[in-house]
Amino acid sequence: MNAGEESLGSVSGASGISPEGPDAPGLAPGLGTLATAGGAGGALDVSVGRIRREQLRLLLHSKAFIVGALIVLWWVVCAVFGPLLAPYGATSPNILSGNLAPSSAHWFGTNAIGEDVLSRVIVGARDILEIAPLATLLGTALGTTIGLAQGYLRGAVDMVVGRIVDAALALPTVIVAFLFVVAVGAKTITLVVVIGFVFSLIIARTVRTAVLQERELDYLAAARLRNESVLHVMFVEILPNVLGPILVEFTVRLGYAIFTIATLSFLGFGVQLPTPDWGADIANNSGLLAAGYWWETLFPALAIASLIIAINLIGDSIEAVLIQ
Amino acid sequence: MQHRKEGTELSQYASKRLGLALVTLVLLSLIIFYAGQVLPGNPGRAILGNLASQQAVAALNHKLGVDRPLLTQYWSWVSGIVRGNLGTSYQYQAPVSSFLFPALGRSLKLAAVAFVIVVPLSILGGVIAALNRGRVVDRLISTTSLSLSTVPEFVSGIVLIVVFAIVLKWLPVTASAPDGSPLFTQLRYLILPAIPLVLILFGYIARMARTGTIEALDSDYVRTATLKGLPRRVVIRRHVLRNSLLPTITVIATQTGYLIGGLFVVENLFVYPGIGRLILTAANDKDFPMLEAGVLVIGVVYLAATLVADLLYTVLNPRIRLGKAE
Amino acid sequence: MTLAASAGLPATLEAPSTTLEVSHLDVTYRVRGTDRPALRDVSFRIGRQESFGLVGESGCGKSTTALAITRYLPRNGRLSGGSITVNGRDIASMDKSALRQYRARTVSMVYQEPGRALNPSLRVGNQVAEVYEIAGMKRSDALARSEEMLGVVQIADPGRVLRSYPHQLSGGMLQRVMVAMALASEPSLLILDEPTTALDATVEAEVLDLVSSLRQQFKTSVLFISHNLAVIAKMCDRVGVMYAGELVEQGPALEVFENPRHPYTVGLLRCVPRGGQRKDHGRLDTIPGFLPGPGEVQVGCIFAKRCALADQRCTAETPPMYEVGAGRASRCHYHEQAPDLPRATPEDVKLRSADPSEVPVIRLRGVSKTFDVRGGDKVRAVVGVDLDLRMGETLGLVGESGCGKTTLARVLLGLSVPDEGSVIELEGTPLAAKCTDRSRKQLQAMQIIFQNPDSALNRRHSVRHIVTRALKKLAGLSGDSCEQRLLEIIRSVRMEERHLPLRPYQLSGGLKQRVAIARAFAGAPRVLVCDEPTSALDVSVQAAILNLLADLQSRERVTYIFISHDLGVVRYLSDRIAVLYLGRVMEYGLAETVFSGPHHPYTESLLSAVPTLDGTPRERIRLKGEIPSAAHSPSGCVFHTRCPRRLSNGLCESTEPPLVEVEPDHMMRCHIPLVELRRLQATAPDLPPSPTD
Repeated sequence: MNAGEESLGSVSGASGISPEGPDAPGLAPGLGTLATAGGAGGALDVSVGRIRREQLRLLLHSKAFIVGALIVLWWVVCAVFGPLLAPYGATSPNILSGNLAPSSAHWFGTNAIGEDVLSRVIVGARDILEIAPLATLLGTALGTTIGLAQGYLRGAVDMVVGRIVDAALALPTVIVAFLFVVAVGAKTITLVVVIGFVFSLIIARTVRTAVLQERELDYLAAARLRNESVLHVMFVEILPNVLGPILVEFTVRLGYAIFTIATLSFLGFGVQLPTPDWGADIANNSGLLAAGYWWETLFPALAIASLIIAINLIGDSIEAVLIQ
Repeated sequence: MQHRKEGTELSQYASKRLGLALVTLVLLSLIIFYAGQVLPGNPGRAILGNLASQQAVAALNHKLGVDRPLLTQYWSWVSGIVRGNLGTSYQYQAPVSSFLFPALGRSLKLAAVAFVIVVPLSILGGVIAALNRGRVVDRLISTTSLSLSTVPEFVSGIVLIVVFAIVLKWLPVTASAPDGSPLFTQLRYLILPAIPLVLILFGYIARMARTGTIEALDSDYVRTATLKGLPRRVVIRRHVLRNSLLPTITVIATQTGYLIGGLFVVENLFVYPGIGRLILTAANDKDFPMLEAGVLVIGVVYLAATLVADLLYTVLNPRIRLGKAE
Repeated sequence: MTLAASAGLPATLEAPSTTLEVSHLDVTYRVRGTDRPALRDVSFRIGRQESFGLVGESGCGKSTTALAITRYLPRNGRLSGGSITVNGRDIASMDKSALRQYRARTVSMVYQEPGRALNPSLRVGNQVAEVYEIAGMKRSDALARSEEMLGVVQIADPGRVLRSYPHQLSGGMLQRVMVAMALASEPSLLILDEPTTALDATVEAEVLDLVSSLRQQFKTSVLFISHNLAVIAKMCDRVGVMYAGELVEQGPALEVFENPRHPYTVGLLRCVPRGGQRKDHGRLDTIPGFLPGPGEVQVGCIFAKRCALADQRCTAETPPMYEVGAGRASRCHYHEQAPDLPRATPEDVKLRSADPSEVPVIRLRGVSKTFDVRGGDKVRAVVGVDLDLRMGETLGLVGESGCGKTTLARVLLGLSVPDEGSVIELEGTPLAAKCTDRSRKQLQAMQIIFQNPDSALNRRHSVRHIVTRALKKLAGLSGDSCEQRLLEIIRSVRMEERHLPLRPYQLSGGLKQRVAIARAFAGAPRVLVCDEPTSALDVSVQAAILNLLADLQSRERVTYIFISHDLGVVRYLSDRIAVLYLGRVMEYGLAETVFSGPHHPYTESLLSAVPTLDGTPRERIRLKGEIPSAAHSPSGCVFHTRCPRRLSNGLCESTEPPLVEVEPDHMMRCHIPLVELRRLQATAPDLPPSPTD
């Protein structure tokens, strides 16, 4: 008999991942067995190493992860070996072959000044993949530290930093980045720093929330009773417990970094011509859409979309594995 | 008597939040001022270009008032704003407000169209996904919505333009209807630019609605309701939705940030004279008063939205509204 | 007019003599593609107006049974065998609308945590009225009937409660509302799943009494599920003992508890502290081994691995339910020898006792802690506590929620800063208010074991890391000596080296608590605060931990402050007892003196609220009402609002009595003189008997 329709709720989590019925700690495979004075056993004799390997195996079998990883891998290869892979030069204008539709000679066609679109798409992966991971790493490291401090120390630190975070986040990332780029100029380092900094504030918020949940737990009181230093508590006690959300945030932010960089270039505030850049190419060729020249904008657009979606697929599969 | 006590507590909470919002606003203005006035350095030079003479630049700088001490500049800017004077555009030599507010109005119109489409759709999507948890419908809604929401607006915008405006020729390529068009025509022009905005917001709101609904479905009180023998429809309507939609409200308001960011891109792509386009042009022209005022206005809109959402949540949640009575 | 008649429905046929019949029930969960049995071959029946108890430890499947009966198993659970019949109808074959009718009219359920069982966004009245609306009443009639029903469950101001939201009401009040909702539909079967576990003792007693009397009034059959044997003994006519998904014994409740016929039941009963048992004499026994994983035991007796009577036959042949007497059954080949089950641990041990001539290890004088709450209220959590503790002694701190025992513990340790004027001395030296201001030696000397082992250990750290860190910081050890001491400590809490690399989530509750104990002992403390260390553990695990604590105390000469709401456990372990109420010490003295009486009226009511295993109904004092909020404590004697022995001259309302020594080593805070209390409490019939229970 299937009880599915009758019970509206499932006591377990989504899609039967965690199976526990209402009083069944002993139903999860092997976990939660009770021990008494005999002392023998009562624990799951599996080392952490085994669990990690199991998680890795699950990850590698997840369709989402495989698809995402393959796409990302492809673009990384493009970023590294771009000029070698591109059939034509990425910046070799040839006015005579301007605006040619996709054909066997030019798979993705050519743009207004005759540059091969496929080559530009391949080489265009480079600057995005240079800036985005750096900015995200910076943001994550900085944000984690800020969030830990805010969540654990609370008081004045929390209030002051909190207000600054609120203020900075009152504007969308794109706008803040663009504001600073206007002010200081569009150099790679500027983009990395600005985006990284804004991300650190966003991540700080997530970390802070996670830390607040940990704060009331007794193991931290136990640490206080050992007179552990503040740094020790933040980084040795609390941090390992919030790594899960941080990892997930990292992948989400990475996707958003690419989003932001592409948008900035589209708006004209990113990397400058003639370097191939997906966003800039779209911006420069969008006027031709009305005339029916769709390939010059569509392929870079699809490139952006595929990279972002791939990263999100990876992030989702990691999150699913961590939940288990 | 209970109502009066509720009222005062609520207004206390409201004023506290308002105060915090004001503090945030001040900080925001500082950030904007810093980015706008301090970082670029020499607006006179930026406007006149590298070939202009030193005296011309100095004269312009003096005329613009940028050779005064920073604090004075900041103060005059802020006090001006409070009085309604948002500064004078470098580019047009006219009050910023005369350009800013009409542009803001147009942007709000576009945003409203996007909102009206996305909110009911995403909530519906999230709830349906939750009610069919783990099944195909759920996975379909969840994955596609999240994938779509991470694609930049100009990307989806391009695809939409190519498909609907060029290939199918159903909708116009630009967003501004000719002047004096009736409302319906205006809406027709606004649909295509609204869709990328919808896509961005849909995923996130749907996910919150889904999570909230799942939590409610798994809760003890839904168990009680079901075991009372209530039909499933009633349980969902009266017990589940009421509790799951509450957190979704706050999320909707905080999405205003993404919405605004999206406006920039969408207005640019569809050539729509909203505030986003205005700010972008100002940036390109190095028209700093326009730029700063515009960004500040955006910040105010966002803070106002979150404040409203907070208060709405407080009013609707009896736990916060009433507190322990005994 | 019955509910059915008022809804215009025909009167039901004469109900059959059996309300519930569970026959060879199997329930299976599907986990990650494999089937895991949750219930196996469970059979029992409940007759009309009979009350049946299902008792067992966690994982035994008692709640699953309840879910199966209401057909509310989670999506991955199913009835894989057997049948459930209620009032003659088979549950499994019901279609959706029949199922709804069934839930609305035939069966009702009340379960743990009433605060979560009600919709927080709807007023209580509307939720109760729903029951009547399902039967077809209009909203206004339904609300009127709801108000009546709330009166039936003895709620004093039903109108106000109807208009309130759940978060505005206390746990006890909410549970009454749940009972009202459950009985409003006049069900044939009422299922109660740990309904009072989350409630205080005095409130629990009231709710249980309510259920008993209403059961008579509404003529309902009751299925009562609990891990608490005494509550079952009190409430149920018959009982079924469950272990690892199987029903191992059943029969009339008092008979089963007095004369058990299954080794598991025997073992379980030996784990529960009763009147005469003490940590050194009449010790609690334990059940060796551990619960089998689901599906681990396919053939043979499910309890065989842990049973001292087991032999070849037990592992080869699955025992059927043997008839053991009138209405009794046991699933054991050797059920006759069950009562002679050999003990796993010795009955009497030699423990060192406290030396009364030494200077007190801990001295508390005038310790108070007041919290400021939003809205300007002040919560006086602890008020003017004076206590002395001697070396090697165990002080039991007893009280219900809001009494301040946890706050007091935190203040002692320096986790919470007490009010000005509080004096806390450790071996004669005053301690700094904040633990961060205390010296390492002072921190080392006083440690704590928390209630919840999941929260007390860092889930990311290995056992080795957890204990080693404590050794480093508190004992100042490192290198080889640290490693050596680590192994010593692990062994002393009866764990093994192979546990060292494991993380807390890989350990059971009992093991986790042992790690916490090991950590606490790392610095060789003089004083150990045990804050409800066994409340979250099963009975059999609890017994082991209590004995471990007693042994460690004897060996290491540690003083314990043992906090608990469980009087039986406190009595078992403590040399002295302090009874707290709303932050004040109401009674304080030697354990046996406090327990045998004459007692403070509050202690008296606590003792009479706690059910005993032999089910003797004590002529109880039943306290009315709820525990007052600590933010608005009553004037004069804080207990006067509920005190059944309150003086009529108004003294109790106006003046707070001081804590005075009423006889050697016995302090009390009451206006009534000791002789008078002795007289009053002696004349009450069926007084709690003397220590040799």
